[in-house]
Amino acid sequence: MKIFEKLAHIDRRYIYILIAVVVIVPLLMKPNLPIIPTKPVEDIYNYVENLPQGSNILISIDYDAASMPEQQPFLEALLRQCFRNKLKPVMIVQWQLGAPLGTQGLEKIAKECNAVYGVDYINLGYRPGYVAQMVGIGREIRDYFSVDYKNVSVDSFPIMKNIHNYNDFELLVGLEAGSTYLLWVEYAGGRFKQKIALALNAVSAPDAYYFYQSKQIIGLVGGMKGSAEYEVLEKRPDLAVAGMASQSYSHILIILFIIFGNIAFFVEKNRKRKEGGK
Amino acid sequence: MATTIGIWIAAGLTLFIYSFLYKDNPFYKFAEHLYVGITAGYWLIYTWAYTIQPMLLDPIIKNKEFILIIPAFFGLIMLTRWFPSISWLSRWSIAFTVGIGAGLGVTGSIQGFILPQLRSTILPLTGFDFATFNNLLIIFGVITTLVYFYFSKEHKGLLGHGAKIGMTFIMIAFGASFGYTVMARISLLIGRIYFLMFDWIGMLFGK
Repeated sequence: MKIFEKLAHIDRRYIYILIAVVVIVPLLMKPNLPIIPTKPVEDIYNYVENLPQGSNILISIDYDAASMPEQQPFLEALLRQCFRNKLKPVMIVQWQLGAPLGTQGLEKIAKECNAVYGVDYINLGYRPGYVAQMVGIGREIRDYFSVDYKNVSVDSFPIMKNIHNYNDFELLVGLEAGSTYLLWVEYAGGRFKQKIALALNAVSAPDAYYFYQSKQIIGLVGGMKGSAEYEVLEKRPDLAVAGMASQSYSHILIILFIIFGNIAFFVEKNRKRKEGGK
Repeated sequence: MATTIGIWIAAGLTLFIYSFLYKDNPFYKFAEHLYVGITAGYWLIYTWAYTIQPMLLDPIIKNKEFILIIPAFFGLIMLTRWFPSISWLSRWSIAFTVGIGAGLGVTGSIQGFILPQLRSTILPLTGFDFATFNNLLIIFGVITTLVYFYFSKEHKGLLGHGAKIGMTFIMIAFGASFGYTVMARISLLIGRIYFLMFDWIGMLFGK
């Protein structure tokens, strides 16, 4: 049983090395593990797929660099799908530090799909205010976004001609890292009956599934796995799919750590009890 | 050239931060302080460029919207909390904020959370299919979890059993959250390692 005692007191740096190995090796070897899309992700994909050409989609960037590996692949896959189906993404930002990430993703995919700024898509940038802004968009989006992210009047862009409030958006997609999604559900969904789809980072995702069950959101993309599923549906495997093998193997390793850790804990507890009884 | 420099800086700072896994060191401290400083600076610039200038200064100076002096005044007296002798002034602003928050929150919570969630718990229990079993599980889970949070009577007998089952449901929810949290943290590591391997080392080898 000495092995369990040793495991219980193992230097944590060995664990870090093992985790690094199980992340790096699959990235190099690229094993082909199946990624099967789940219903909450498929529901978003199918909803967007079935929207009529020219529909406007409001995309809110509510994450920052800390959630980039989880959210950016979904953003890019969603934008590809939008431009492929001639849908018009309108990007807004609630998290200041997310503004460059949203802009980077939008510009990259727009260039790839030959989309024209101001006609096929627009970036309205960051505005402060959260709740006030969410309620305000229900009345007139220009009250908060009178200019785009480069300070050009939104009325100078053809895409904005018929956009005034939530009635003009077929879908609101929130890419979320914190609790901003609660406000979208509460105000855009509860008050204005706006259709909402959420992409949450994995930490927040379990707390949002009940909105899916209650049909307050049409679907949910949870973490890197959800992004990988969306890339598979879009038939363009990219960063999220590339990371999923590492994700799977590191999860197996962590499960093993938990099992060994618990066995070591109970073995040691038993040993101490016996020693105490002597 | 700018991209190359950017990648080198990002790679260097990533390695500085990960050096903490071995032990605390000056490289980690440097990267940590730099991050905090840059984030604060970024926030400051954004607050000025997207809030103070376009929503306060420009409308007052260019459009003569002097009504905005009132919210500006309330904003300024919020800062009196730093001066104990006049800190009571900040309560006016706080009262205003709390009032708006409560007003929006009450209606928002009822419309957005309570009613839709209540509605989604009133589920049909007719039939012998998986959907019915799922509905039963949701209703049973909600009721037993609520029983666990009922503290006005000692958790004994039927109430005690219900509370224990409720606690099991809560534990399962915590387990799901923990699993997702692991996935989130590993995703961040994958993102950084992918960057180091393919953007940085890949650049070094001209790939």
